[in-house]
Amino acid sequence: MKKRVVSLFLAAAMMASLVGCGGKANEPASDNAGSGAAADAGTENTTGEEEASSGTEADSQPAENTNSAEGGAFKIGAIGPSTGDAAVYGIAVQNGAELAVKEINEAGGINGYQIEYNFQDDECDNEKSVNAYNTLKDWGMQMLVGTTTSGCCIAVAAESANDNLFQLTPSGSSVDILKNNDNVFQVCFTDPNQGVGAAEYIGTNGVAQKVAVIYDSSDVYSSGIYEKFAQEAANQSFEIVSAEAFTASNKTDFSVQLQKAKDAGAELVFLPIYYSEASLILTQANSMGYAPKFFGCDGLDGILNVENFDASLAEGVMLLTPFAADAEDEATKSFVSAYEAAYGGTPNQFAADAYDAVYVLKAAIEKSGATPAESVSDICDKLKGAMAEISVDGLTGEAMSWDADGAVNKAPKAMEIVNGTYSLIQ
Amino acid sequence: MKKLKLSKYSKENIITYGLVIAVWAVMQILINGGKVSSLMQGLLVPLCVYVILAVSLNLTVGILGELSLGHAGFMCVGAFIGAFFSRYMQNTIGQGFLRFILAILIGALCAGAIGFLIGMPVLRLRGDYLAIVTLAFGEIIQNIINVLYIGRDSNGLHFSMKDSLSLGLAEDGDVIINGAQGITGTPKDSNFTIGIILIIITLIVVLNLIHSRDGRAIMSIRDNLIAAESVGINITKYKLMAFSISAALAGMAGVLYSHNLNNLMATPKNFGYNMSIMILVFVVLGGIGNIKGSIISAIILTLLPELLRGLSNYRMLIYSIVLIIMMLFNWSPKLIELRKRYSLKRLLKKEVR
Repeated sequence: MKKRVVSLFLAAAMMASLVGCGGKANEPASDNAGSGAAADAGTENTTGEEEASSGTEADSQPAENTNSAEGGAFKIGAIGPSTGDAAVYGIAVQNGAELAVKEINEAGGINGYQIEYNFQDDECDNEKSVNAYNTLKDWGMQMLVGTTTSGCCIAVAAESANDNLFQLTPSGSSVDILKNNDNVFQVCFTDPNQGVGAAEYIGTNGVAQKVAVIYDSSDVYSSGIYEKFAQEAANQSFEIVSAEAFTASNKTDFSVQLQKAKDAGAELVFLPIYYSEASLILTQANSMGYAPKFFGCDGLDGILNVENFDASLAEGVMLLTPFAADAEDEATKSFVSAYEAAYGGTPNQFAADAYDAVYVLKAAIEKSGATPAESVSDICDKLKGAMAEISVDGLTGEAMSWDADGAVNKAPKAMEIVNGTYSLIQ
Repeated sequence: MKKLKLSKYSKENIITYGLVIAVWAVMQILINGGKVSSLMQGLLVPLCVYVILAVSLNLTVGILGELSLGHAGFMCVGAFIGAFFSRYMQNTIGQGFLRFILAILIGALCAGAIGFLIGMPVLRLRGDYLAIVTLAFGEIIQNIINVLYIGRDSNGLHFSMKDSLSLGLAEDGDVIINGAQGITGTPKDSNFTIGIILIIITLIVVLNLIHSRDGRAIMSIRDNLIAAESVGINITKYKLMAFSISAALAGMAGVLYSHNLNNLMATPKNFGYNMSIMILVFVVLGGIGNIKGSIISAIILTLLPELLRGLSNYRMLIYSIVLIIMMLFNWSPKLIELRKRYSLKRLLKKEVR
């Protein structure tokens, strides 16, 4: 009997909590609808009706309906890891996109509509990323700038394709993101694109004959680039003499990998990895007296700012990157100074990609003439069409255009570090 | 109640099943009424996964009395084998439901078999030693998956431990497990109803085991190993039985997990020791050996960080604080005393009087 009372009580508590959640999660949506309706009362007479009908109809997505009907502002969501190991990238995306949204809003918005912006943390976990996506959907998101990391992006892209919600990822570079998802577009290069690009560059410019690769086999980005690099290398004039992997759990000592590269007589070491590990590799290569040419991809951007790293070691490092914070053009300069003023610290490639992503969205919306009053799916269809037509000059590339499958066309810039700054190789 | 002559246990079990079914019914009504947010709808399947994991770990920790820190490893085995099966059979078995049932069976069987293999040497250890070995096992599984490449082309399956290029696939080849990039394109076969059915299967297995002859033997090992041995209980057999059943159920949860996400990667976040400890926290908070408690704490602790999203980056801090408070509230002796003094039960009794 006792147990029964207890379990009844627990059952009641559980119900209460579940119902509570449902109710609570719906609240902000209705709040938003209310304030939206108040803001443009008179212009949008249908708002009330729409809301009422969506309330009474047993619609499976009530939040979506109420929000898309209000028509005050575009709601752009963003997702990335703002906590955990990959937080650097998520925070960069969060800030970069926020900066762009602020600028656009101050300049009068997109076609006169302001942008509302909401960033959600995904802890770099696929499951959490889908949760973040659902949270944003409840908020009334109409377009997604995300997600930051490739793995999460694949999981979220499957969901957004299901909802036909327009998704533009600033830095998710895996090709699997685009596969079967015609609503997803990328701002950054795809991994194969970078791998092939790097191999072609080394081959056609005759940078080296014997190439060693050190890559992170536990990282999607790194192993993705490596595979395509190795594939393309077969068609090029150089030879891969050693390919050594490391994993996320042992990335402090690279002497074995470097020794193998040295023994194989590699003149160039290709590093399709992030800058923090690359800085260690450069330091360790220097201490063992091995001085090949180092060549990297966009992950190496930021290597000059690594703490306790002798930046002179990076002298002569070549990298293919779409963005360098100390580039001399006007757009980059104003972006970097605005970013430094707002958030402190130099923006990296991720921030620039996210910043560009918001402006790309703006261009696509202006081209298609979509309005916030339309449904998520209608906006997506319009933007999909517009993406094929637009050409955007951004921080990470000039005249960026998109294929129907969502991959970006822009020229990679080959940079070399000379006298402590990135300089463009012609 | 007088007519139905049910044992105390059956009554309790029926209440537990009833609870789960009631939650399912209420959620179905709410979903059909459009009252559930997308976030909640998206969380339903993960909730089922964590409930199954918590209940199955409770079998090892609460009933067998051995501390296992490798539960996520078994989940990982189930997840990858289930997802691999579904990807492999995607074109052969078109019927999603049938394929999913088979995937669940295969995932659970493989995880159970691995649990059996691991259990044989490991269960000779006790206490902390067992905990450490299971911890290592979880890490090993995760690392093995991260270097495993399996692809398929017209010639059959190709395996590699190096990279996907050395698979030597033909033109029509398809890389199914791509090392650290995991399995992409798993069909989304999981849904809430299947999740609830799996919870009920888990409960039937666990509750019936506990209240069976075998279950009593297992509990006697927990309570006093020497006494159990002296009355002729086959210690190894019963330990292995509990351990591999627990592993098989975790594998089942893994299959459910992998079919809810389009891509599956073995990261320290989802299959590492963090996750194992997370499941252990569900069990400890819910009460070691208390199945209903495990269910409730798994639900609360999974929902909490999502419901705290409004607090953005402070939410993990708040989550930890709430966890500490809940642990204290549930298990501090003084508070238990206090709770008893002002409990609902007591109030009800007073009214009756």
